[in-house]
Amino acid sequence: MTTQKILLKLTVNGEARQALVHPMSRLLDVIREDFCLTGTKEGCGEGECGACSVILDGSLVNACLVPAIQAQGSTMRTVEGLAGVDLSPLQQAFLHHGGAQCGFCTPGMLVAGTYLLETDAVQDEDRAREGLSGNLCRCTGYVKIVDALLAAREGRP
Amino acid sequence: MNDYAHIGRSVLRREGRAKLTGAALFTDDLKIEGLLHGTTVRSRVPRGRIMGIHFEEGFPWEEFIIVTAQDIPGKNVVAHLIQEQPCLADGVINHAEEPILLLAHPDPERVQDARERVRVDVEPLPPVLSIEDSLRCDPVIWGEDNIFKTILITKGDPERARAKGHLQLEATYYTGAQEHVYIEPNAIIGEATPDGVLVRGSMQCPYYVHHALHELFQLPLDKVRAAQVETGGAFGGKEDYPSMLACHAALLSWKAGGRPVKIVYDREEDMACTTKRHPSRTRIRSAFAADGTLLSLDVEFLLDGGAYMTLSPVVLSRGALHASGPYRCPDLRIHARALATNTPPHGAFRGFGAPQSLFAIERHMDEAAHRLGLDPAELRRKNLLRTGDAMATGQIMRDEVDLIALMDRALAEIRYAEKRASYPVLNAGDEPVKRGVGFSVFMHGGGFTGSGETMLHSVAALEGTADGQVRVLAASTEMGQGANTVFTQVAAEALQAPLDLIVVATPDTGVVPNSGPTVASRTTQVVGKLIQDAALAMRKTLLDAGYLQDGDVAAAIRAYVAQHGTLRTESQYQKPDFVQWDDTTYRGDAYATYAWACYAADLRIDLVTYETQVADFVTVQEVGRVLNPTLAAGQIEGGVAQGIGWGLNEEVIWRQGSMANHQMSNYLIATAVDLPRIRVFFEERPYAYGPGGAKGIGELPMDGPAPALLNAVQHALQITPRQVPMTPEVLMDLVEGA
Amino acid sequence: MRGQPSLCEVLTPLNLAEALALLAAHPEARPLAGGTDLMVPFAAGRLPDRLFLNLWDLEELRGIVVTDGEVTLGALTLFREIAAHPLLQREFPNLVRSAMVTGALAIQSRGSLGGNIANGSPAADTPPSLLAYGAELELTSLRGSRWVPYADFHTGYKRSLLAPDELITRIRLSRMGEGGFHYFRKVGTRQAQAIAKVSLAAWARVADGRIQDLRLALGSVAPMPIRAKGTERILQGQAIRNLPLDAALAALQADISPIDDLRSSAAFRRKVAGNLLVDMLRGLAPT
Repeated sequence: MTTQKILLKLTVNGEARQALVHPMSRLLDVIREDFCLTGTKEGCGEGECGACSVILDGSLVNACLVPAIQAQGSTMRTVEGLAGVDLSPLQQAFLHHGGAQCGFCTPGMLVAGTYLLETDAVQDEDRAREGLSGNLCRCTGYVKIVDALLAAREGRP
Repeated sequence: MNDYAHIGRSVLRREGRAKLTGAALFTDDLKIEGLLHGTTVRSRVPRGRIMGIHFEEGFPWEEFIIVTAQDIPGKNVVAHLIQEQPCLADGVINHAEEPILLLAHPDPERVQDARERVRVDVEPLPPVLSIEDSLRCDPVIWGEDNIFKTILITKGDPERARAKGHLQLEATYYTGAQEHVYIEPNAIIGEATPDGVLVRGSMQCPYYVHHALHELFQLPLDKVRAAQVETGGAFGGKEDYPSMLACHAALLSWKAGGRPVKIVYDREEDMACTTKRHPSRTRIRSAFAADGTLLSLDVEFLLDGGAYMTLSPVVLSRGALHASGPYRCPDLRIHARALATNTPPHGAFRGFGAPQSLFAIERHMDEAAHRLGLDPAELRRKNLLRTGDAMATGQIMRDEVDLIALMDRALAEIRYAEKRASYPVLNAGDEPVKRGVGFSVFMHGGGFTGSGETMLHSVAALEGTADGQVRVLAASTEMGQGANTVFTQVAAEALQAPLDLIVVATPDTGVVPNSGPTVASRTTQVVGKLIQDAALAMRKTLLDAGYLQDGDVAAAIRAYVAQHGTLRTESQYQKPDFVQWDDTTYRGDAYATYAWACYAADLRIDLVTYETQVADFVTVQEVGRVLNPTLAAGQIEGGVAQGIGWGLNEEVIWRQGSMANHQMSNYLIATAVDLPRIRVFFEERPYAYGPGGAKGIGELPMDGPAPALLNAVQHALQITPRQVPMTPEVLMDLVEGA
Repeated sequence: MRGQPSLCEVLTPLNLAEALALLAAHPEARPLAGGTDLMVPFAAGRLPDRLFLNLWDLEELRGIVVTDGEVTLGALTLFREIAAHPLLQREFPNLVRSAMVTGALAIQSRGSLGGNIANGSPAADTPPSLLAYGAELELTSLRGSRWVPYADFHTGYKRSLLAPDELITRIRLSRMGEGGFHYFRKVGTRQAQAIAKVSLAAWARVADGRIQDLRLALGSVAPMPIRAKGTERILQGQAIRNLPLDAALAALQADISPIDDLRSSAAFRRKVAGNLLVDMLRGLAPT
C-alpha cells in the first residue's frame, strides 16, 4: 500500500550520493537518515528555527520544507562540508567569539552565515542581524554570533 | 591583574570544535541497531475519568509494543520531591496532555500513524484552570485545599509599621507562563532488561533520572543507569521532565524485551506537554516614609503549580526568598503559596521563582517612587541593602557589595539622567514613537536554597589515568552554559597543569559520583569548588608521594598510577561555617551568597503598532570572580534575551488547560533583529567560598529585564503596567484605557 | 514528523502542457511549488492530500518580463527574485517590501508569488501589495487561459476562482510610472519571520492637491486579503489638506471583519488597522 520510492541523486559536500526515498520525504530526513549527516538538525519542522539550514544549488533553504523530489540532481552543502583540513574562517570566529553555546542551532547558523558571507550580505551589523533572522538561537542573545560573522567578514579571528 | 594561569581567561569552549563541524552527536543523532521509535497517547481534556481505551479495528496492532499503566513493573510514579505524579494516567486524568499509553514500532512513520488510531474515552470532570479558581477550591483537585506548599516569612510587625507610612500602596502583579524553547526538543533512548536499565539522552540531572527509574522499576540502584548525551539547551526545561520521558522509553523497552526505544518529541509535543515557568500573582502592600524610606512590606506570592507538585515547593521557596528584593525593610511579611490547577505541571525555568517575585517588587518600587514624586533611583538609593544589613530572613548581608555604586554605573552607561529628563519633552510631540528609560536592581542567591546544599551531600571526584590525563567526574552536565570549560579551567588551575590534561567525563551515573543536579546557579559556585578541592587534594597526593619535583603533572600522574594502580581524589560539600538555616521558621542564611545586579533599558514604543523595541540594554553585575569572560558574558546575554522575551512577547495561550500556540510560529522568541547589542559589565569581588572566587551566574540575567522594561514603559507612556508579557495587545488596552 | 510520505505520490511534469494534462486527469492532485506553505501542515500530519503535482521544474512559470506598459511575473517567481529586481524596487516598492518580510532568507529562496496567492492565507504578506497595485492573474487549464482581476480572485477563506484543473500561471502588473505614493506596513509582534496580525498596503496618486487614485488593501483582517473599497471611496478625490479622517476610519471599520485567534484579537486588529490608515495618510499628506 505504500507508494513507489525514487532514486534520489545529489552532490553532497562535493561527493555524489544517492538514496532510495519517497518523493515527499523531507530533504531533512534524507540528509539525516539516508546520508547519515546528522549535523543538520530539526528544531521545529516548520521553517521557523533554521536549525536545518543547508545550501541547495546556491540557495539557503530550510531542509525541513523541501520535498526530496525537488532536490533531485541538486548540489548541496551541509555543515559537514564547511571545514577543510582546518575550520573555516567563520567556524574559527565562532570558536573564538563564543558563538556556540549548546550547539544545536550552530550548524544552521554556520550554514546561513557562510551563505551570507559568500553573497556579500554582511556589510554591517544591521545587515548581519537581518541575514540571520531566520535562524533562532535560545542561548546567546545573538551578540557573539553577530560578532563572529562580522569578524569573519573582516578576516579577523 | 590576573595571577592565574587559566582562571579569568577566555579559554575556548572545550567541545566547541565538535559543535562547529556537526560532529557533536545529540540524542537523535545516535545510530542504534534494532531501534524502536516510541510515542505517547495523551489526554485531550484537563480533568476526567478514563472510561475505556479503544484500538481501531483492522489495524495491525500486533506489530506494535503497547504499554499502559498496568504494564509497569514497579511503582506507577515519576518520583520528584514526593511520589505522586503517575508515569501513565491510571483511571483519572489530572491535566491536558497527560500521558496515558505508549506505543513503539521500528518505523517512525507507522508509530505516528498508530497514535491517531487509539481512542481514549474520558468522562470529563470540571477543571481548575486558574490561580483564582484554585484559591476558591472550585473544585478541590489536590489535597484538602489545592495548596502544594505554604511559606511564611515574617519580621517585625508590618501592619503596625504600615500605619505610620506617609504613602501606603497596594498593587497586584501578574506574570505568565514561559516556554523554554531549547532548540533541541526532548529526546531519550531507553534500554531495559531484568539485568538493568540504561537511559541516555538530553538531560540536566542524570541522578534525578536515576532516582525516577529506580522507583519506577523498583530495581536496586546499581541496576539503573542514566547518562547524558550532548544536550541542546535546557534552561530548567530538562531538569525534571526527562525523568518522565526516561520512564516512558524504558517501559517500552522493557515490554519489548530490552530492545532500545527512542522517544524524540517534535516541537509541537514538546511545547504542549513539557513544563513551563510558573505563572504568578503577587500582591504587594507597602508603606514608605515621605523621604522614601521603605517602612513595611506585605507580600502575597502565589504560583500556579499545575496538576502535580513536582518541583513547585522549591520554586516557591526561591520566589519567596527574593520577594523583598535587595532592600532593607524592618517590618515585613511574605506569604507564599503554590497552588494546584489542571494544567501540565509547571517546572524549573532559569530563575526558578525569583523572576516572578522580583518583577513585582521592582515594578512596585518604581510605582512608589512615582507616587512619592521621587526619581526611582533616589528611592532605591535610600533603601538598597548595605553590607551588614539584615535581609528578610534575618540573614546578615556579608557580601561587600556597594549596590548604589553598581546602580550608578548602569545608569551612567545608559545615560539615565539625561534621558529621564529629555524623553518626556520628546514624547510630548506628535511622533508616534515614544521613548522611555528604566531599570531594576536585584540579586540572585547562588546554589540550593537554605539547607538544600547540605542535604545534597554532593560529591565530585578527579581521577588520574595511566596515560597521564585527569578525568573530572561530576554529574553536572554541559548544556551550553560552559560547564566543561569552567571545570577544566578550575581543575587545571588547582593542579597547576595545562588545560589539555583535563578531560571532563560524560555525566553517567554508572561512572560519576552524585555532584547534585545542574540547576540553581550551583554548577560553578558549588560543584566547581568541589572540583577545585579534589584537584588540590590530587596535587597534594602527588607532591606528598614525591612525584612532582619538576612540575610535570602528566608525568607525575603516569608515574603515580603505574606505581599505585589508581589515583582518585574526592571532595564532598561542606557548608561555609557561617551558614545557619532553619527550614521550619525560614530564618537564617537563605543562600551562602548572592550575585547582585542593576539592569537598565532604553525603549522605543510605537503607538501605531504598540510594539516595543529595546534600543539599548545595559547590565552591570557583581558575580564574584569571572572565571571565563567570554562564557560569562554569553550567559548574561542569553539570559537577558530570555528575560526580554518573557517581558514583552512570549505569551503562552491557554485553552482548556493546554498550550494552544504550541508552535514556534505562534510562540515567538526573539530573532537577531528583535534584540539590541546587550551590554555586559562585571564588578568582580572574589567570593571566598567559590572556586577561584566565583559565584553562580546562570539564572541572574533572567531576573532583571522584565521589570526594567516595564519601568521604562511607565516612564515613556505614564501608564502603570503590572503584567508580563506586555504584548502589543496588552499595551494597547493600557494606552487606550488610559 | 507526523506526515506520511510513504502514502504520498508526486507527479512531476517537465513542462506546462504536461502539467495541465496531468491536472486535468487528476484534479485531486495538490499543486506543489516551493513547499514553504504546504510542507508545514504536511509535516504536522494536518494535510489530507496524498497526490501532489510538482511544479518546481516548470521553466515556463519562471521569470519577470517587463514591457512598456506591464510587468508580468511567472507564478514561480521567488520572493528573493522579487526583492532583487531593480525595476520592481523602483516602481512597485510595496511588492518588494512585502516579499522581503515573507519569512526570512531561506523562505524567500523557495517561496513563490503564485504559491503565496494559491495558498489563500488571509495573513499572506504579498497579497495586499498585489491588490494595491491592481494585479491581474492568469489562470490556465487545458481548456485555455483567462485573466482575472486579483481583487476578484479570493472568494472566501481559502476559497478562490481557481478551478480544480487550473493553475495560476502569471501575475500581471500595470506600470504606473514613478512618483506615485506607496505605503506598506506589516505588524507581526516580532520584527522578522512573523505571521502578520495586520498589514496594510496602499498606492495613491495625488494631483492638484487631491487624491486622484487610491487603492488600499489589508491582510489578516478578513477571511481573505481584501481591498478596503469603502474607505477608498471616502478618500477618492479629497483634498489632502482636508481629508475626512473620521469618515475614512469609520469606513475602514466597515470594510474589515477581523477575528480573535492565536495571534491577536479582533479589537487589536481593528485599532491597529485604523492606526495604519492614519499613519499612511500622514505620509500621503505630510503636515
